[in-house]
Amino acid sequence: MSLMSAISSISGLRDLLPHAAALVVVIPLLAGPIAVILAKARLAWLWSVLVAAAAFGLSLVLLGTVLGGETITYEMGNWPAPLGIIYYVDSLNALVISLVSGMALLALLYGWPMVEREIEPKKQAMFFGTFLICLAGLIGVAITGDAFNVFVFLEVSSISTYVLVAMGAGQNRQALTASFNYLILGTIGATFFVIGVGLLYMATGTLNMADISRLLADGDNDRVVRAAFSFIVIGLGLKTAMFPLHTWLPNAYAFSPSMIGVFLASTATKVAFYTLIRFLFSVFHAGAPFETAMFDYVLAPMAITAMIVCSVQASFQPDVRRLLAYSSVAQLGYMLLGLSMGTVAGLSAGLLHMFNHALMKGALFMAVGLATLGLGVIQVSEMRGMGKTMPLTAAGLSIAGLSLMGVPLTAGFVSKYYLVIAALERGWWWAVAAIVVSSVLAIFYIGRMIEAMYLQKPPSHGDDPVIVVRSPILAIVPLYILVAANIWFFFDPSVPKGLADSAATLLLGGGAP
Amino acid sequence: MMFNLLAMPINPAFALMFGGLLMAFIPQWRVRKFIALAGPVLALWLWLQVDVFGSYGGIHIAAIGLDLEPFRFDGLSRIWALIFIIGAFLNAIYALHERDQVQDAMSALYGGAAMGAVFAGDLLSLFVFWEITAITSVFLIWRSGTEAARLAGIRYLVMHVGSGVLLLAGAVLLHGQTGSWAFEHIGLETGLAGWLLLLGFGIKAAFPLLHTWLQDAYPKATITGAVVLSSFTTKMAIYALARGFAGEDILIYVGAIMTAFPVFFAVIENDLRRVLSFSINNQLGFMVVGIGVGTALGINGAAAHAFADVIFKGLLFMSMGAVMLRTGTTKATELGGLFRSMPFTALFCLIGAGSISAFPFLSAFVTKSLILAAVADEGHWFVWGVLIFASAGVLEHAGIKIPYFAFFAHDSGKRPKEAPWNMLLAMGLASFLCVFLGVNYGWLYNLLPYEMIYEPYTFDHIVGQMQLLLAAIFAFALLVRIGWYPPEIRMTILDADWLWRKPGRSFLIWLNAILDRLFGLVHLGVARRAQNVGRVLTAVLSPHGAFARVVPRGALAGWTATFLTLALLTAYLAH
Repeated sequence: MSLMSAISSISGLRDLLPHAAALVVVIPLLAGPIAVILAKARLAWLWSVLVAAAAFGLSLVLLGTVLGGETITYEMGNWPAPLGIIYYVDSLNALVISLVSGMALLALLYGWPMVEREIEPKKQAMFFGTFLICLAGLIGVAITGDAFNVFVFLEVSSISTYVLVAMGAGQNRQALTASFNYLILGTIGATFFVIGVGLLYMATGTLNMADISRLLADGDNDRVVRAAFSFIVIGLGLKTAMFPLHTWLPNAYAFSPSMIGVFLASTATKVAFYTLIRFLFSVFHAGAPFETAMFDYVLAPMAITAMIVCSVQASFQPDVRRLLAYSSVAQLGYMLLGLSMGTVAGLSAGLLHMFNHALMKGALFMAVGLATLGLGVIQVSEMRGMGKTMPLTAAGLSIAGLSLMGVPLTAGFVSKYYLVIAALERGWWWAVAAIVVSSVLAIFYIGRMIEAMYLQKPPSHGDDPVIVVRSPILAIVPLYILVAANIWFFFDPSVPKGLADSAATLLLGGGAP
Repeated sequence: MMFNLLAMPINPAFALMFGGLLMAFIPQWRVRKFIALAGPVLALWLWLQVDVFGSYGGIHIAAIGLDLEPFRFDGLSRIWALIFIIGAFLNAIYALHERDQVQDAMSALYGGAAMGAVFAGDLLSLFVFWEITAITSVFLIWRSGTEAARLAGIRYLVMHVGSGVLLLAGAVLLHGQTGSWAFEHIGLETGLAGWLLLLGFGIKAAFPLLHTWLQDAYPKATITGAVVLSSFTTKMAIYALARGFAGEDILIYVGAIMTAFPVFFAVIENDLRRVLSFSINNQLGFMVVGIGVGTALGINGAAAHAFADVIFKGLLFMSMGAVMLRTGTTKATELGGLFRSMPFTALFCLIGAGSISAFPFLSAFVTKSLILAAVADEGHWFVWGVLIFASAGVLEHAGIKIPYFAFFAHDSGKRPKEAPWNMLLAMGLASFLCVFLGVNYGWLYNLLPYEMIYEPYTFDHIVGQMQLLLAAIFAFALLVRIGWYPPEIRMTILDADWLWRKPGRSFLIWLNAILDRLFGLVHLGVARRAQNVGRVLTAVLSPHGAFARVVPRGALAGWTATFLTLALLTAYLAH
């Protein structure tokens, strides 16, 4: 929290702190165009790092306030709630906002050497500008308390994401089709979502989430409400890459620039997952019969299917980043499983897994990016001998991989443990079995990489060993910050666990924004 | 947390594991060898420091409200830990000539983890060490560097990780029933939980039909690797059975089958290291029977026999390793007459063979008889008969076949050098222990978990055993003489692992094809036609094929709409 005190110690900024909730969105949003105007890539990057650090600092301020037991309600332009847009921060989104801005900062630090090599020089400033807009959009989705505003920010973040993914075309032309696919499906998702919001407006006459929730509490068997509910679940489900609506994800992750892969894998689907939770639990009411039916007959079965089928698919992928992407869909299955239990323990475990998964997938994508930089690795088989040629990267990758498997002494174990306990509490034996099976499959696909890295000989040209491009320190440091976090949060998960618990209690205890 | 060396006992397993971790980072082989020897010595010292039974150094993980009990020192864990220490020390001497950093580190970690599992007082710690043994030991197979070893290692890993998963699943179920993670007597009356745990233990203990990994992997391991492997994994499983399932009747019959069936395979097998792998099964069977009987005598017998087995089975693997090192093979067809140039190895091998066949004044004589007596006391006469048959079988395949075909029989003309000094030293020490235990059996009996009074050297016992042994030797000699003994032929024996491999592989291929079809149907509307599964794989999953796999967007949109319909129906129909 020294960052926080450092920020607050600068006089003048102190007055701005009450507006932290607004600034955390506004600063990156306005900073985006400035980055483009700066034109020089290096300047734009420095500027972006500064902005991301500011956003991260502000989100820590928000987090600190929430940890102190308060919730923040900020009225945009001083327009009161049902009419104006409010921003609202509680323990649920404070966690998400800090995660997003923190990962943005790490991704940027990691990204410079990558961007320098992967993106055309002329487009680099534009790239960072777009990245900042995307950041603003993601934070905005998480922080706003207005249903329509969610849609707006969702589109802000999505459209900038399509652009960022497409910029991978410098490395691989497939990025273009991947991005286009993502655009079409993402737009379908957003459209479904906005249809749902429209239906809600029809049913209740308001767009403020707290207000909708209050009005829905009276009579909820309305068909309009049910339709709205289905549209919103599917729309957000698509954005969350809920199985089987995940088809856009693997290519988008695999062909985007390395830095964007890191950022997307650890934030984009997480924010959508958060929004899904927000709508399922604090706009609609978890006890409503149609919601329970959706949990039992749609979400839980799909979660289980994702956990197993996508893990199998990951095991068959030769391309490392596609392998990780399929594993992401499987891991989202874990989170959705926790959510669909509809209990405090389940929801809390799902949230904790969301947090931990961001840490491990971020680290994995970082390490793979470095491997591509150093050895041109694209396929698992090309990772052979990396334990010798790139020991630091290989070690980081292995530790993050162990965390993904859920091995004790890593954060992944903690959240899987809670998930198992929650499933047992609910009496869902089959879910426990699915978790176990899926974890075994994770051993296979991560094991393939570890086997290649440590057991096979490094490639060579005759007698000469291959030349390895040295990993830049700037990229190694963020990787190891994440690796350390993966271990740290095994021994002391109190902050994310506490936030997840209080969020779950709040959401299921009938608390509304 | 402060450690007070004198006040709080330290888990000896950590001495080995710590040494293993150190060795992983030390490229100088001399330093590594020193650590490899010092680890077991330090462990022995720590073992000697504990004079009161109890559980030490419990860890409370506040984060998930869990109590771990990593160091439980009682009658059962004490003797197993000691034999693992001795085994680790002998193996370290045996491997002194070798300069392989991976094997050095993994052997120590593996031995330490096995000891850790023995000391684990709760099922979660047990699970952790259980999996560590699987992951570390597989390197001993892989390091022999052949393609066959790589594949066998993968099969080995699959079964062993699977065993750990079963263990974990059983533990979780058990926790659901009792609310405790403690590893005490489990029994089959706990229902599914008990069965899962038994199956998990059973894989490592090489129960019939679950045993295939053993004959598959051990003969393909490195020379030193096979010795190390033979010491730990299966014995650890026997410990777990003794702790959790003592007195389960089913184990008596499982054990009896285990003692008998390998005899038939071992007699016709050509690779002598594979013969020894079969004889591991056979010896484990005796221990499982002892556990199944479950009386104090039975458990004592299992413990004592495990103790002796680590030494004499290690000795036999060592002698075959020496032969392998000097001649490059352990195929019976290509050996013979080696006693001329490897006299000491031959002598030690004979002592090992005598021990495993339970000759008087050698170790198994005083340990196997405990199990036979326990079986007889409970009146399981049929099983007793099977065990007697198996004892004769042991002599046939391990006691005579191994030394006979390697060192005597027809002269292969090979005149290799005698084994290196360190191998001879390790084999010599092991031989000494075989004789020592056979004579000073009281020392071993005092270490056993339960108090008992038993005198192995009675007139009846000696005479009975000698009759059995002599009859078996006579039978062997007669069969060889008249040429009826199964000849040494180069062949591969189709064991039950066929059941796993063939359908298992077919299942994977099938699953892959089905998934492929399924997604092909969903995405493309038409199933992709392909000549064979391999082509489908490349076409669909390789990056080159991926471009082609970019799916028509209309199909995806339609798919999303279908899913929306499903969601709408669910919401409408809910009450």
